[in-house]
Amino acid sequence: MFLKTNWWKALAVMLLLYTAVAGLLMPVPRLAILNESIRNLYFHVPMWFGMTIILATSVYYSIRYLRTPTPQLDILSHESAKTGILMGLVGLATGSIWARYTWGAWWTNDPKLNGAAIAMLIYGAYLVLRSSFQDEQQRARISAIYNIFAFAAAMPLFFILPRLTDSLHPGAGGNPAFAKYDLDSDMRLVFYPAVIGWTLLAFWVTQVACRFAFLKQKVYEKQLA
Amino acid sequence: MKTIPRRGCIFAVRFIIFSAVLLLREIWYLIQKDFRLEWRQRSALNGMLLYVGSTVFVCYMSFSLRGGALPVPAWNALFWIILLFTAVNAAAKGFLQESRGRLLYYYTLVRPQAVILAKIGYNALLLLGLSLVGLAVYAIVLGNPVQNSTLFVGNVMLGALGFATTLTLVSGIAAKATNSSTLMAVLGFPVMIPMLLLLIKVSKNALDGLEFEASRGSLLTLVALNLIVTAVSYLLFPFLWRS
Repeated sequence: MFLKTNWWKALAVMLLLYTAVAGLLMPVPRLAILNESIRNLYFHVPMWFGMTIILATSVYYSIRYLRTPTPQLDILSHESAKTGILMGLVGLATGSIWARYTWGAWWTNDPKLNGAAIAMLIYGAYLVLRSSFQDEQQRARISAIYNIFAFAAAMPLFFILPRLTDSLHPGAGGNPAFAKYDLDSDMRLVFYPAVIGWTLLAFWVTQVACRFAFLKQKVYEKQLA
Repeated sequence: MKTIPRRGCIFAVRFIIFSAVLLLREIWYLIQKDFRLEWRQRSALNGMLLYVGSTVFVCYMSFSLRGGALPVPAWNALFWIILLFTAVNAAAKGFLQESRGRLLYYYTLVRPQAVILAKIGYNALLLLGLSLVGLAVYAIVLGNPVQNSTLFVGNVMLGALGFATTLTLVSGIAAKATNSSTLMAVLGFPVMIPMLLLLIKVSKNALDGLEFEASRGSLLTLVALNLIVTAVSYLLFPFLWRS
């Protein structure tokens, strides 16, 4: 992941600026209940895309850690998971605001919402697990194991279970998530760049956090020596 | 020229069968050992049975205050909550009761895959027994509104299997940490929720007397979840074991 180049950071900034400007100013379809709140699509949905991608990255580093245990891989998977949790929490917050103005409540008893909340609980447990070990190697190995296990258990919550039951949320109850009626071609012009932009931002956040963690580790090792 | 690859193929098949038989034998011995241990110190087994019984009775007492029978959805939810807590308590012992020295001893004798599969099998049988006893006590004390009994009992058995597969690896993880009893609940509950939601849905169908077709999809998803979790445990346990 350590792309030494900077072009993708510039790309992330450009895409997010475009998302903010075009997302708030471009014409959107007038739909009955959604009205102007449909613009939240550019901020709420990309969070979940970014979260899934960054959590998958975290699992990838965990698997690599189990093959060749190095502290770097542990830091990479830990920081990726933390960024994923951050994206998930922002996704929950934006979704909650959206629900308040369209469905009339901050939280509804909906499979998709509950699944997202439970997935956050699972990853909260990951953080608790990490903090309950003294030995660093043991902490790294066992949290890598739980990370893989949690990913396998949490993904059905997002992608399988909500599609089996009825729900208000798009992408549930057999509805495809991006049907023609709720995402016309004008919106796609902003939506896909928004997904890429937010995902790149997540990688950027993770990279900065990892570099900070590496520096801390270097300082710690110097103190020991 | 053609005989050599064929011989190699036969050898490979024989090797796979041979190692599978070895693995099964190891699993069989380990399960036997767990049950023998359980039977020798019966306090733990009796303790778990009493745990189920007294929980059911506490529920009965606290709900009988308002008089009359429990509404069906509440009956269902209460039953699964009781089973959930019983399962967490029963499965938590799985790895906690093994001493360090004994684990090292297994390490020299058997493969780690045999250990995790044997633990899953042992926990599954234990939870199966406990949940069936729990169901019997619960139905006697709080009434039995189930209309499709075969589906309900089958669902309970599938649930016990699912709890066993999920909680075995979690108890292995929790046993490594310092505050293992808290961790067991924190790690186990969220992971079990998808399974629990499906189980409650199917048992609601069984309570309402819907035919089997209505809950086939959910049952298949449950079986698939069980397989995923077992496969992930099988793959991950060797790494957990090494620490």
